[in-house]
Amino acid sequence: MSLAYAVTDSRIMITRCLRRSRRDPEAFFTALMLPIMLMLLFVYVFGGELKDSGSYVDYVVPGLIVLCAGFGAGTTAVALAADLAGGIVDRFRSMPIRASSILLGQVAASLTRNLLATALVIGVGLGIGWRPTTSVWRWVGAVAMIVLFILALSWLAAAVGLLAGGPEAANSFTFVLMFLPYVSTAFVPTRTMPAALRGFAENQPFTPIIETMRALWMGHTSTGASLGHEAWIAGVWGVGILALSWAGAAWLFRRRFAA
Amino acid sequence: MYDIYRLSMPYTVVAEGIRKSFGGRVVLDGVDLALERGSVLGLLGPNGAGKTTLVRILATLVRPDGGHATIAGHDLAADPVGVRGAISLTGQYAAVDDVLTGRENLEMMAGLLHLPRRTRRDRVAELLAEFGLADAQDRRVGTYSGGMRRRLDLAASMIRRPELLFLDEPTTGLDPRSREQLWHTVRRLAEQDVTILLTTQYLEEADQLADTVAMLTGGQIVARGTPDELKSSLGAEIVRLRFPDVRAWRTALAAGGATRAGATADALIAEDADEQAHTIDIATDGSATRLRALLTAVAATGAATPRVSTHRPSLDDVFLSLIAAAHPAPPPRRAPEPVQ
Repeated sequence: MSLAYAVTDSRIMITRCLRRSRRDPEAFFTALMLPIMLMLLFVYVFGGELKDSGSYVDYVVPGLIVLCAGFGAGTTAVALAADLAGGIVDRFRSMPIRASSILLGQVAASLTRNLLATALVIGVGLGIGWRPTTSVWRWVGAVAMIVLFILALSWLAAAVGLLAGGPEAANSFTFVLMFLPYVSTAFVPTRTMPAALRGFAENQPFTPIIETMRALWMGHTSTGASLGHEAWIAGVWGVGILALSWAGAAWLFRRRFAA
Repeated sequence: MYDIYRLSMPYTVVAEGIRKSFGGRVVLDGVDLALERGSVLGLLGPNGAGKTTLVRILATLVRPDGGHATIAGHDLAADPVGVRGAISLTGQYAAVDDVLTGRENLEMMAGLLHLPRRTRRDRVAELLAEFGLADAQDRRVGTYSGGMRRRLDLAASMIRRPELLFLDEPTTGLDPRSREQLWHTVRRLAEQDVTILLTTQYLEEADQLADTVAMLTGGQIVARGTPDELKSSLGAEIVRLRFPDVRAWRTALAAGGATRAGATADALIAEDADEQAHTIDIATDGSATRLRALLTAVAATGAATPRVSTHRPSLDDVFLSLIAAAHPAPPPRRAPEPVQ
């Protein structure tokens, strides 16, 4: 019975968060337009110059997915920080419900929003000539990678939302997450970068995650490493960020409300 | 178990020695509080007196540093979930979701209270009608007026009739008409036998709504009683002396300060003083003898002759006099009556 209540509480919280994001016209429009605009911009404006072998759209899809997920996670951090700044979390906490459902609602809504944005990127990509593998298992692998990555970023966003003093402070998180993909293999291979930047780009978490998707969909990485190698590192990063952020968010939540 | 509690416990809240400090600053310094079932307690105190902290502690949102409390038969420390099942909190900042409609807000809260799906819709419709929000039910709360938001907040608190309802400054920031409406609603809830803990800085509000008033200042309850008891504690009449200028006012006030230690019948002890208006308020028993002694004492100070008026003590006078006693210097200045 108690478990059933916990599920009900979380479901109601998720519905609330999704309703809120659907009714914020500015954020909703941005979240929809961002994947489409970026895709067109990268493929048609920069892509002509960047193309070295094959179509640039074949290269850029995983990078755009990561970029949009970064933007989406920023939205989550802001939404949670705004909730905490208002009185409604106090009301929830004074009710006989699972306090954890407040965080779960935000994270689950974040996952939903970002999966939709991902689907949009994939859809637009396919529409303008992206031709990935047709192997079901490789698709399952790529989607699993995306879900792990978005889940990890969403919990990280929850931790940031709890840590930030308010929605404005939480918003700077969006900036960091939107900047990081540019210093990875998302848009150009690392071989043209200066040595210092290249060292960072090759070892930051976004690169193996992007390369794993790239290898699953296109059959090869841009770094020359094998799929197995990139997937292993990406998995460690994904699970590591997820576990740390989850524990961190839970700890921050307890600390904030225990005193 | 519920019935045994109803029969054996005349008190909904029993709190003893509640203490809380934030970063070394003592906010609550041993607060004792008892609320009889079905009563309305008005908790009065200046800004920063710790009213909201006390409410947050009793509503399980903040853990006290010391003391213990039982709410509706549940121990605050041992069974916070039980307490949460018995209370509703209506906060200072109306805790409703701006982006959702009025109806969606109530349905969400009803769902979180695990009302069966079948009854949920009916209960929400009932509350929307009861709190005068039926016409606005499908509008986003962001478009509501301040009064409508508070009413929605109250409606959310009444989805399941609570044993104890916290109203934390329910009318702060409302226009007079909305305030009247909200008072009307609160009275109706009190008639339904809901125990209410009301915090307010408006003394009129406590006078209007509360059976018992407790004054919180300096982290402690400094006075407690019915509004009438508290008012008569100050004597029958307040004499107001209005001096022609600040100099005369200062002279008279200083004379009062000098005699404060060994107060006599002709003492000029100010219950309240206002530098801007050059007034000093003094509590008296209303007798001509006392008034004559008072005027003689004023004349003896050499201050220019004041104009004299008298009025029955209001809760404001009690409030200001208690704060003056808790914080002796500098002499208190009457805060402008908040007009909203």
